[in-house]
Amino acid sequence: MKRILYELNESIRIAMAQIRANKMRSALTALGVVIGIVAVTLMGTAIAGINIGFDRSLAMLGEDVLYVNKWPWTGAEDWWNYADRPPLKPEDALKLNRIIAASPDSELAFAVFSDGRTASIKYNGNSVSGVYTAGTGAAYGRILTADFTEGRLFNETEDESARQVVVLGYDVAQALFPGRSPLGENVTIHGQPFEVLGVLARQGSFLGLFSFDNQMILPLGAYRKYFGIRNDDTEIEVKVKDKTRLDEAREELTGLMRRVRGQIPGQRDNFSVNGGALFKEKLDPIKRGIAFAGLFVTGLSLFVGAIGIMNITFVSVRERTKEIGTRKALGARRRTVLLQFLIEAVSICVLGGVVGLVLTYGLFAVVKGAMPSFPIEFSPLLVIISMLVSVATGVLSGIVPAWGASRLDPVVALRYE
Amino acid sequence: MSPPAPVEARPVRPVGPLVIAIEGVTKLYQMGEETIHALRGVSLEIRRNEYLAIMGPSGSGKSTLMNMLGCLDTPTSGRYEFNGHDVAGMVDDELAEIRNREIGFVFQTFNLLPRSDALRNVELPLIYGGVPSHERHERARQVLIDVGLGNRIHHKPNELSGGQRQRVAIARALVNRPSIILADEPTGNLDSKTGVEILALFDDLYEKGNTIIVVTHEESVARHARRIIRLHDGLIESDGPAY
Repeated sequence: MKRILYELNESIRIAMAQIRANKMRSALTALGVVIGIVAVTLMGTAIAGINIGFDRSLAMLGEDVLYVNKWPWTGAEDWWNYADRPPLKPEDALKLNRIIAASPDSELAFAVFSDGRTASIKYNGNSVSGVYTAGTGAAYGRILTADFTEGRLFNETEDESARQVVVLGYDVAQALFPGRSPLGENVTIHGQPFEVLGVLARQGSFLGLFSFDNQMILPLGAYRKYFGIRNDDTEIEVKVKDKTRLDEAREELTGLMRRVRGQIPGQRDNFSVNGGALFKEKLDPIKRGIAFAGLFVTGLSLFVGAIGIMNITFVSVRERTKEIGTRKALGARRRTVLLQFLIEAVSICVLGGVVGLVLTYGLFAVVKGAMPSFPIEFSPLLVIISMLVSVATGVLSGIVPAWGASRLDPVVALRYE
Repeated sequence: MSPPAPVEARPVRPVGPLVIAIEGVTKLYQMGEETIHALRGVSLEIRRNEYLAIMGPSGSGKSTLMNMLGCLDTPTSGRYEFNGHDVAGMVDDELAEIRNREIGFVFQTFNLLPRSDALRNVELPLIYGGVPSHERHERARQVLIDVGLGNRIHHKPNELSGGQRQRVAIARALVNRPSIILADEPTGNLDSKTGVEILALFDDLYEKGNTIIVVTHEESVARHARRIIRLHDGLIESDGPAY
């Protein structure tokens, strides 16, 4: 046991001496690993970032909210099966709420109808167009995941009396009222004056596709009055009582919707129940596929680095064949010789790995500094994994030449010039 | 060829216990299509505190016998016992163990590790033998002093003369107190004056009770031994006292 320690110590010494003696060669070889590790760890930070961005986006949808739409979110290849489904109507939401209220054991809390379209908003000669404009009920306040920077959502009375009030998304408020509060100001939407009731806090975009900050929310009554209901994009949002029982809630909601719609058994649902969790289920395999493909491609560059290590270890064995013979004559066993060259290969790899990690961290810090919202993430786990990968690369690339060295016939090795 | 040395009476030493016993050893090499009979049946006994020279022209099987005696190689057939261990049937790592404990090698080209100092070179067999570091340093230092290099302990091989390098190599061979010292043309890379000094060192080691086997083609070197074995075509041609 002791002997292994002495041999290990000796091997590390030799490896360090060898690297020091061949600085240029070792540095160039390590460079291959550096590039490989940088590529793999950058991909790792990107994948971790994508996951975080994805989770953040899904959280915006609400973990305890189900969405009833005409279309499934996860894509409809045979769209003609969906096209003639009836649109969701405000009355559907009312009926749902009536049933939910009458059944205390329901998994569902309440339903709220909403419709949306894009519109422009003007204030004092300034105008923002293409703003996503939602019309919904006061209950939406209990579904909304964003905070208010100031003000509030309209209440039930304001909704039912179709008061002309509006809640602005963060970017919209910033654009029209830079550096000051829009509360109580009158903006113009669709030629009509609306009073600003509240401003939402910054939320960011959903999967980078749709900005939650570029929106405004009107009471359904007022929305309906000026825009009417556009049948295709209507939606019913249903709050669930217990987010851990989402599947049960979904079952129940599907049943209730069929009842509301008067569908008979055997008929296919003429609506889709959507939600963040379902979305996630559908997207997870895609995410994994991207991660796998990304790591595979960047892993190739690490593989090239590993080949460099293997090559240099072969050279090292060749150069020191006579030394190997001498060591064997003096009593070095196979294990000792194997260890010596393996440690040399691993040392170069770990060296490359450390430099690569430092570079990655530098790049990460630069990107994070320039674009704070860019989804990348540098984690301690990544450090541990890439060090393990470095060691594994060293072992894998060193094992063949080191094995060869350990098997050298001492007679042949001693005669080698 | 130098003329045979004048006959000189030497005291006959008491015969020590058996260290090496070889019987009917053969060695075949396959060189492509051709089979080479390097040794064709060699029998030989070596006892403790012998000073033996192995001689023979190139191709006589001299090197093969040396590799065999040094446990670097195993015979194709025949019996080889080293201190009672059956070496002929041993695998690599067992042979390494025997070499480490029982044999001290001295090479023609010294074979020192270029980037390690004298002390570290001498310590190497002790590392493989699992000796703790403080004991390693002490023993290596003492042996270096014994071979006259007490003031060169931390010199690297390229800072030493040929003779000094060979002394480091001899110290390395001695440090594990082996049963035999096996020297392959130990003066082959040295000028004659330095060669004489190294041979004097061997004489001294022999006087102190070491067992020495020198492989050489030089009569002047062999003359230092007490017994000379001459090989020819893979067979022992003669085996007798060196006078």
